[in-house]
Amino acid sequence: MHIIKAVALFILLPSAAVAQHDHSATYHAVWLETAYSRHDGQDTAHWDADGWVGGDTHKLWLKSEGEVRDGDSEGEVWALYSRNVSTFWDAQIGVRHDFGIGDRTWLAVGVNGLAPYFFETEAHLLLGEDGTVGARLRQENDLLLTNRLILSPSLELNAVSQANPPHGTGSGLTDATAALQLRYEVNRRFAPYVQLDHQRKLGDTAKRARAAGEPDEDTRVSLGVRWLF
Amino acid sequence: MKSMLLAGFFSLCASVALAETRTYDLTISQVQSTVGGKPVPKIAVNGTIPGPVLRFTEGDEAVIHVTNRLKTPTSVHWHGLLLPGVMDGAPGFNGFKGIAPGETFTYRFPVRQSGTYWYHSHSLGQEADGLYAGIVIAPKTPDPIQADRDYVVLLSDYHQDSAARIQANLKKSSDYYQYKRRTVGDLLKGAHQEGLGKALKSAGEWGKMRMLPTDLSDVTGYRFLVNGLTNAQNWTGLFRPGERVRLRFINASAMTMYDVRIPGLKMTVVAADGRPVQPVEVDEFRFGNAETYDVIVTPREDRAYTIAAESLDREGFALGTLAPREGMTGDIPAHRPRAVLRMGDMNMDVMMRDDPNMDMSQMDHDSGWADTGAPKGAVVLDYAQLKSLTPQSDTRAPTRFIKVVLGGSMERYIWTINGRTFSPQDGIALGYNERVRLIYVNETMMAHPLHLHGMFVQLENGQDTDRLPDKHTVIVPPGQTVSVLLSATEPGDWPYHCHLMFHMQSGMMTTLRVAAPEAGFVPPAAQPAPDHTSHGEGHHAHH
Repeated sequence: MHIIKAVALFILLPSAAVAQHDHSATYHAVWLETAYSRHDGQDTAHWDADGWVGGDTHKLWLKSEGEVRDGDSEGEVWALYSRNVSTFWDAQIGVRHDFGIGDRTWLAVGVNGLAPYFFETEAHLLLGEDGTVGARLRQENDLLLTNRLILSPSLELNAVSQANPPHGTGSGLTDATAALQLRYEVNRRFAPYVQLDHQRKLGDTAKRARAAGEPDEDTRVSLGVRWLF
Repeated sequence: MKSMLLAGFFSLCASVALAETRTYDLTISQVQSTVGGKPVPKIAVNGTIPGPVLRFTEGDEAVIHVTNRLKTPTSVHWHGLLLPGVMDGAPGFNGFKGIAPGETFTYRFPVRQSGTYWYHSHSLGQEADGLYAGIVIAPKTPDPIQADRDYVVLLSDYHQDSAARIQANLKKSSDYYQYKRRTVGDLLKGAHQEGLGKALKSAGEWGKMRMLPTDLSDVTGYRFLVNGLTNAQNWTGLFRPGERVRLRFINASAMTMYDVRIPGLKMTVVAADGRPVQPVEVDEFRFGNAETYDVIVTPREDRAYTIAAESLDREGFALGTLAPREGMTGDIPAHRPRAVLRMGDMNMDVMMRDDPNMDMSQMDHDSGWADTGAPKGAVVLDYAQLKSLTPQSDTRAPTRFIKVVLGGSMERYIWTINGRTFSPQDGIALGYNERVRLIYVNETMMAHPLHLHGMFVQLENGQDTDRLPDKHTVIVPPGQTVSVLLSATEPGDWPYHCHLMFHMQSGMMTTLRVAAPEAGFVPPAAQPAPDHTSHGEGHHAHH
């Protein structure tokens, strides 16, 4: 219902803007990170896009991240209706589609906003087609070494309610990724960066990985560029 | 209705009969401006930025034909002038629809006042893109302010990015133009100077509120102009030593407030927002967007004096020169340190609301914003010093208090009045000739120059009631409360907004609706006076 309402609003909003002072105009922002890493002798290209279009209250929020290795791509795409509910917080509802190892679509409900001490926070509950419940929490912060050289630590936690052997995931917390990005903002629209990611599988998922003879942690360095459109 | 029409008709006849008609033709067009070196599209009036200064004498009939040569609608608003609503030039208000491309609109109104004013577009970001200029109105009776020379000194801020682009960038990221944020290095420096505990506590307090103590300006990258000239082009006002020179300062900047000084000269402030005030001698004054100040200076030496208007964020100067001959320049003063906001700039009510357990006894209650960095002993104009030269005609006690809360979310670049972004049907309704006290409560960390169209407000600055100064634009400092009195004598729907361009565009605007005399408007019950006096600042702005 919300999605229908959101779509209706997005169609109506642009026509509401006339040539007088009108804050209800439609704006957009897209952050795109494109990076490259060489890992286990393989070249990998990564992308992470985060963008929205809309007004002060209603936004259509689109996100995607993933990687391409040896021509195979794996990743996820989100489409969310995002509604501002308090000064620093948006409530979001929409879908997430995973592609790659196994296609899967989730209903996503959550929040996106700025927690005290400038923690960019995203927290989503996911409901899979098969009744699996998942959750993701993400936090990111900026430490200004200078006004242009920015160290950005982030943390991502994932959990699911049911094991999914083809994906190699067990129930409970599945994995955590801590990343440290050092970027230089030539300007707000163009910032090259170097990023260190450390991913660790957790709990049952880690056990399954070890049983299959796979590593349960992974560290990699990538070089990339962050764009703002 | 009929009686008002008749009265209006007769008053029009009367003014036409006595007055001279002064006609101007203004053409609004797009130009390629090369002020920054690179040609960028800007908007000019009769081909220039700023446009021509319009001059009238009180009692004139103003007839101004404005032709729109843009591809988009335009408008011209006569800032500070008392006039019928439809002539005010704000599209969407009082039946004024703007001026369509290719059209000519004729503004026609009696000039009922004298002093220094200005005009600018009220359509989207056109004002920031160049559509602005001065208005000078001579009094009908001999001017109480005598001077040998008389110059308009119009300050503006010029950006390579269009206003639409700046607005879009701020919506993408509210700190898009901020390159003076506190760094890890500043934290270490603070720890070294005042101890790690105190530095972390300060960083923690700001972090908890998700606010930046360096939030003095949302947009940087400006060049500052005096009468449209860059510092290198050096606008010069000539004088002979010993002459009294009247400088009519107009702050036509979109986003910039200034600290104005002329090293080596005392300035005597003789008018504020066009209205004469009892002369006050100062060394400098803080200059909000859209305000005007007339000052008298008497340079005695045969040398150049620099008019230095330093932007509040210390990013630059608007520079001009007073000189006995063309081609001279004075010294450029050193930049003052950039202010860092303190807890005293926070609105205490908001802090308490967000965190009822907050211990404010330990807090630094000084205002960082008010710290101009003026040397010890220098006199900086305080609003409290402004005193009307002539007695106020209306000294009735207000019958109603109306709170005007300035708020917003810097994070999302949304700015509000009474919790709402602008919507034409919202607003504040007043009865005709009602006398009210408007209480401006700034809940944000930025200063907002609040401008009311169509009428003057009387600033409650501690002067006697009959000597309160008239203002059309009032700076409300961060976290402070300021009160003004208003006699609602001009019927109409008047725009009422922050004059920082991108705050207004992002919602900090409302309508002040004054009912027609025969409307039979019943004012709502009085709201209790909010208690702000406990925070030490009372109802007076200190800056």
